[in-house]
Amino acid sequence: MYRFDKTRLDLAREFKANPYGAHSPDLQYLLHLMRRPSPDRPFHCLVVDKDDERWTLAVMEPGTRRPPTLTNHVFTDLAEAEWFVFKLRWRELAGEDLPID
Amino acid sequence: MTVLMGYCDRWSARPGDTVRFMVSCKGANRYEARIVRLKQPSAGPLATPFAPEPVAAACNGSYPARWQPIPIGSFVAVPPHPRISGLASFTVSVRVWPTTPGRGRQALLGTWCEATSSGWGLELDEAGRPTLRIGAGPGRITEVATSVPLRSRRWYHLWATFDDVTGRLFVRQEPLETRGFDPETAAEATLETAVRPAVEAAPLLMAAARAGKADGPSAWGGIRTCYHFNGRLERPRLAAAALDPAAVAALAADLRPAGLAELVVGAWDFSIGIPTETVHDLGPHRLHGTTVNLPTRAVPGSVWDGTVVDWTRDPSHYRAIHFHDDDLVDACWEPDFAFTVPAELRSGVYAAHLSAGDAEFWIPFFVCPPRGVARSPVAFLASTATYTAYLNNRGRFASLATELYQGRLLTLDRIDMLLLEHPEMGLSTYDRHGDGSGVPYSSRHRPVNNFRPTGRHWNFNLDLFIVDWLEHLGGDYDVVTEELLHEEGYELLAPYRVVITGSHPEYDSAEMLDAFEAYLRRGGRLMYMGGNGFYWRIAHHPTRPGVIEVRRAEGGVRAWDAEPGEYHHSFTGEHGGLWRRNGRPPQRLVGVGFISQGFDACSWYRRTAAASDPRVAWMFEGIEGEILGDFGILQGGAAGLEIDAVDPKLGTPPHALVVARSENHSNTYELVAEEVLIPHGATDATINRDIHADITFFETPAGGAVWSTGSIAFAGSLSWNGFDNDICRLTTNVLRRFRDPRPFPWPPR
Repeated sequence: MYRFDKTRLDLAREFKANPYGAHSPDLQYLLHLMRRPSPDRPFHCLVVDKDDERWTLAVMEPGTRRPPTLTNHVFTDLAEAEWFVFKLRWRELAGEDLPID
Repeated sequence: MTVLMGYCDRWSARPGDTVRFMVSCKGANRYEARIVRLKQPSAGPLATPFAPEPVAAACNGSYPARWQPIPIGSFVAVPPHPRISGLASFTVSVRVWPTTPGRGRQALLGTWCEATSSGWGLELDEAGRPTLRIGAGPGRITEVATSVPLRSRRWYHLWATFDDVTGRLFVRQEPLETRGFDPETAAEATLETAVRPAVEAAPLLMAAARAGKADGPSAWGGIRTCYHFNGRLERPRLAAAALDPAAVAALAADLRPAGLAELVVGAWDFSIGIPTETVHDLGPHRLHGTTVNLPTRAVPGSVWDGTVVDWTRDPSHYRAIHFHDDDLVDACWEPDFAFTVPAELRSGVYAAHLSAGDAEFWIPFFVCPPRGVARSPVAFLASTATYTAYLNNRGRFASLATELYQGRLLTLDRIDMLLLEHPEMGLSTYDRHGDGSGVPYSSRHRPVNNFRPTGRHWNFNLDLFIVDWLEHLGGDYDVVTEELLHEEGYELLAPYRVVITGSHPEYDSAEMLDAFEAYLRRGGRLMYMGGNGFYWRIAHHPTRPGVIEVRRAEGGVRAWDAEPGEYHHSFTGEHGGLWRRNGRPPQRLVGVGFISQGFDACSWYRRTAAASDPRVAWMFEGIEGEILGDFGILQGGAAGLEIDAVDPKLGTPPHALVVARSENHSNTYELVAEEVLIPHGATDATINRDIHADITFFETPAGGAVWSTGSIAFAGSLSWNGFDNDICRLTTNVLRRFRDPRPFPWPPR
């Protein structure tokens, strides 16, 4: 069974360099772990501020009929948003911040 | 905050036709409405600037805002009748298959009115226990319930009696399940009361109760409803006496029980008229009813044992109707304004743009040329069937699963959020009902969040990239719709030399495929401009335009799977599911068929050796590079999202030429489910060589031809760099040759 390994900073670097597109098998495993749906765990999404130009990070409840709750984090680049959320999830798994900006 | 939404009564309008617009708005006193022509999507700084073209129209202007609720939830209504209102003593009997017992009070059958606390009703109470309730007004209500809640997805026979002489209320439940190893026992309860139900001319409702008179839109009879039931009902019976158990058994078993003929008030058989919205009473008074908000018919009933899987062969196995508190076929709003299409208005994609304060809403429609008339040799065929299937796709917002299979964060905008704030907007065929059952019906007669030129680039919005390209070429095209294609068949396409599809024409009726085939057999030219086309079989409602059905049977990439015995459409009786499982794979029609999907990044095509074949020399004029489409507004490439490949086994013609093939797809691109018979793990594009999009061309025997892009994302590359790119050149070359009346040589050489 694949397990999270907080020493695998190479996977974080790989994701930062290329959040979309083909990934190494280990990075793909890690992303599956981070994106595993749960009926009781809120998840992040992006709310469009301006079509194809600006987005605000938000949090949704699974299965909810309520709109997402907006955060204060605004992005003009989707890849930056992906990296930001990746770091949040890494911290959740590792119990500590990812030592890469 | 202002809330603004609306819909129109027709998507396909011809000169002289009137389109009526229904609008609901709160948080503002007035809203503005403008008719515009749509020439491109709103797609950000890399795309053609979004510039809807104003249309002079008498209806343009300011309107008073009003809020129109949506009467959601299905039920059966039997109009008031003296035999119903005249009941003193009575017996009610019905078979029940509840799906959400314990999730609030749910009405099964009766005349109960919550507003007046009057009438009678057989219900499930908050705990899911069968209950008989009678009332003669506020404070004069009596009810009796068994002590045993029903269990979900199990059949029961429920019956109840009221004796007007003794005041005795009685209710009983009898489990009908004969398989499994957790048997239940019957339960019953009795109560005596001085209350007698009020006598009034009231409709008999099944699967809902009256809440009172509607003060806005009503789905039926000017009433509001409440306590909607989730689950199946079968064999509802009503008799004008408090029957003993033996008589109840006879009543429940037989439509014309011996010795009870004079007592039977109603005996409804849901297996009659399954394609319709009529519910037939075979009792002596013929108290026929109507289904409201399209509950699901053609579902197995209590006697279904797997020996019959096609309801048309033996409807007696299909005597049930499945009701949902979130069924919706028509919001039933009053129109606010109307637009009559002027004779001189050019064919195209149009919309009513609504605005109020900081809120806006779009209600698109299509202006088609007069029947039988082509104003251009080129027709863009709007994928209205697919748009309908996706309307109000709520599942996309439900969980992290969307991010998991798409490989990127979920995005949504303010209009998407309307769907979360207003669940009464209803569901798509990509959703499950609140009770977990799949949604097989979709209707356009309601406000929707995802049929607009803004927001997520998908279906209609994405197809506007193709319109953008046609506008760039001078705007010489007509717009026709799949709705018309289903109704008019080949006749709709006949006047055109070239028919151009949308980016994702996924849903087709048999009539639509027949029309395409007839068109191609007569020399027509088809540009299939997308991916995952011609995939699911659908049926159209026999009397309601704009209402479709899809049964997600057996295989395919699907958000839910049809349950056993539910593979046949209720509208037509046809076997549903994938067209490839119904003998007409897309590869046979357009050379390619769905092979994979992924939503994180798009890729490019590489020219093949076949691109040098003299048969397609015209296709690559002015194109030098080997790589095609390594750019695009949709995730950076022309090949992606949902992609198609050739497969000779499934019908790709042997003379078809794959002139370019995509490569470098990511891990999220998985082989479609129908290609994975034995799970083996090597199913993503980084390891599986079967995953690619194929740009494919072949000639047809009467001088026609087909050209397929095999990729939804393709359209998003057309306008790249101000249309100065090889994808645009390639596609324009194809259109130019397809417009040319010279027949394609046959046999190909």
